[in-house]
Amino acid sequence: MRFVDEFRDPELAEILGREITALCEPGRHYKIMEVCGGHTHTIYRYGVQDHLPDNIELVHGPGCPVCVIPMGRVDDGIAIAEKDGVILTCFGDMMRVPGGRGSFLEANARGADIRMVYSPLDALRIARDNPDRQVVFYAIGFETTAPSTALTVLRAAQESIENFSVFCNHVTIIPAIKAILDSPDLRLDAFIGPGHVSTVIGCRPYEWIPRDFGMPLVCAGFEPLDLLQSVYMIMKQFSEGRAEVENQYARVVQYDGNPVALKVLSDVFSLRPFFEWRGLGSIAHSALQLAPKYAHFDAEVRFDLPGVRVSDPKACQCGEVLKGVLKPWECKVFGTACTPETPIGTCMVSSEGACAAYYNYGQYAKQRLTLEVLK
Amino acid sequence: MTQGAPVRGQVAPGVTETQVGERIEQMRRRPQRFRDERVTMAHGAGGKASRALVEGLIVPLLSNPALEQLSDAGLLTVGGSRLALTTDAYVVRPIRFPGGSIGELAVNGTVNDLAVSGAEPLALSVALVLEEGLEAGVLEAEITAIAEAARGAGVHVITGDTKVVERGKCDTMYVVTTGIGLVPAGVSLAPGLVRPGDKVLVSGTIGDHGIAILIARGDLDLEADVRSDTQPLWTLASALMATCGEGLHCMRDATRGGVATVLNEIALAAEVGIVLEESRVPIRPEVIGAGEILGIDPLYVANEGKLVAFVAPEHADAALAAMRALPSGQDAAIVGEVRDEPPGRVLGRTSFGGHRLIDMLVGDPLPRIC
Repeated sequence: MRFVDEFRDPELAEILGREITALCEPGRHYKIMEVCGGHTHTIYRYGVQDHLPDNIELVHGPGCPVCVIPMGRVDDGIAIAEKDGVILTCFGDMMRVPGGRGSFLEANARGADIRMVYSPLDALRIARDNPDRQVVFYAIGFETTAPSTALTVLRAAQESIENFSVFCNHVTIIPAIKAILDSPDLRLDAFIGPGHVSTVIGCRPYEWIPRDFGMPLVCAGFEPLDLLQSVYMIMKQFSEGRAEVENQYARVVQYDGNPVALKVLSDVFSLRPFFEWRGLGSIAHSALQLAPKYAHFDAEVRFDLPGVRVSDPKACQCGEVLKGVLKPWECKVFGTACTPETPIGTCMVSSEGACAAYYNYGQYAKQRLTLEVLK
Repeated sequence: MTQGAPVRGQVAPGVTETQVGERIEQMRRRPQRFRDERVTMAHGAGGKASRALVEGLIVPLLSNPALEQLSDAGLLTVGGSRLALTTDAYVVRPIRFPGGSIGELAVNGTVNDLAVSGAEPLALSVALVLEEGLEAGVLEAEITAIAEAARGAGVHVITGDTKVVERGKCDTMYVVTTGIGLVPAGVSLAPGLVRPGDKVLVSGTIGDHGIAILIARGDLDLEADVRSDTQPLWTLASALMATCGEGLHCMRDATRGGVATVLNEIALAAEVGIVLEESRVPIRPEVIGAGEILGIDPLYVANEGKLVAFVAPEHADAALAAMRALPSGQDAAIVGEVRDEPPGRVLGRTSFGGHRLIDMLVGDPLPRIC
């Protein structure tokens, strides 16, 4: 298919793989974190690692939107959905995220009306079509999805759709990267930067990473060749003794981001003083809430919520996986008690979650050795 | 991914990635248990949750040797003849979609369950659950669709039932069809007959039905000319049986859960590994495009007129030619191969030149597809 196949060319991949290998310093082990869950998915879905030498290790980062949602926020969503006359709407991946009282899917089986939407505008349409119901959009995601939520709120205000509100769980990527770099148990060499987030915030907000930590960061696209090229650019920086922010995804990302989207974000949202991240704990100034001007569209204002902090299940090591300290398979419950159909932790839910990606696509290390091309 | 890397964190000392993989394999092979408190939509999606519901709750309670085969049709011997019996409920929304409708689907789906069991369809029953207020014209159109599909498949509807429920208690109409078929003497098809070396064939483009339904619902503001592939497969199945004889080891129709789920079921049942060459799988560009936008892998999307066949290698080329000679198999392709290793697993060689695991479907991307 045009505009897709070009970015998945196996011959170009082989050439890039060879060039990357040639740039490796003998005996050195490289740990490169891909921040974004979309990258994790691509790596496993297409077998990107198969084109990389063994001494380049891709470490999966925290940028999976559903993976960072704490259990208490899932319970809050269910509490809203169980109120009389409420339709809760959310992205599909959210349906199976376990909270303290089960998932949205299970809440539906008990009688709640939680619907999957592909866009917050779909939620607004449901509100328009059901004027006698309260329609709540369960907003998740980084700076990638926050602008579409913001625009939906603006549209709701414009049209005075009073039965619509947003339960806001939007988070921001920079504090999460800071938390990872501050984590004492992880040694990283470089970052593959989140391409979609960067279309909004640009590349400038990452400049402190090479400056303060001496690590290259390359903003990358989401096709498998994008990822290989980004690894190549990182290795090139190492070989030339540089540490810089570079933009591989220049066909989409502008160095200064998208000023229109940034303006909408700053109009509609304000920073929360604190927000709890699954497995990472409370991080200051790391999440968004509706600005006072739009507070009447804030479900947390409109509804009385339990707002209880629910601690993660003891056995769950999502935090370590999100920080890249543990590989998915190193978690105690990986693949046995915790599987995509009965997830204990959030990383096992979304196809962008490191554990689900590894479980669904990746665990063939043993087999791969004996696998040959089909003639 | 390094193999057997030194262990950190809280993993038991000395445990390697390979050992974790083996532990997962053991878990996968355990008898399924149904532990949910209530039925959720995931139980109807044809993936792992459906498997837990069927194998963990229903089959143990109804236990008998014919049922425990978990085939597309149950087999019974009557007076020296082998009969195949199958039943299916159709709840698709919307009831009409590009390429077909619920009535046509209900005939073809049941006929195909017989066909891939090697049974010539003999007769059908049709039961209708109708919602109060259903327009007579809509009902008549569906009965006409049933009649035409039955003619096309060479079967008669010889019995039936109708029930009406209050408005809102069902969505427009549901159709349940049961089919009975005759397995010709000498035909033997079963997952257990699949062996290393066999070639894997699909009879045409995959994912058409599921994507057509999804677009027809109109929830997505997505437009593409994708039509359901609903069609009867007996002609194709009997051509394969005639061409390959005992060289045809097993057939499945790739409905809910798609081709990926069928391959996993066979890999587990036959204790073989299956390698799929992803670039050889026929998929329409429109289906690839819709899948890219929606984040849906066509390998997991339902088909209603495609079968997967496992054929001894020396018969593979003849089987492919026989399929391609028929309209229902004109886009057929050899897409993979059965191996010794890794037993119970399906691996994909990606078009990018890498490898991945292809597991069973989890979750419910497309409810009420058939």
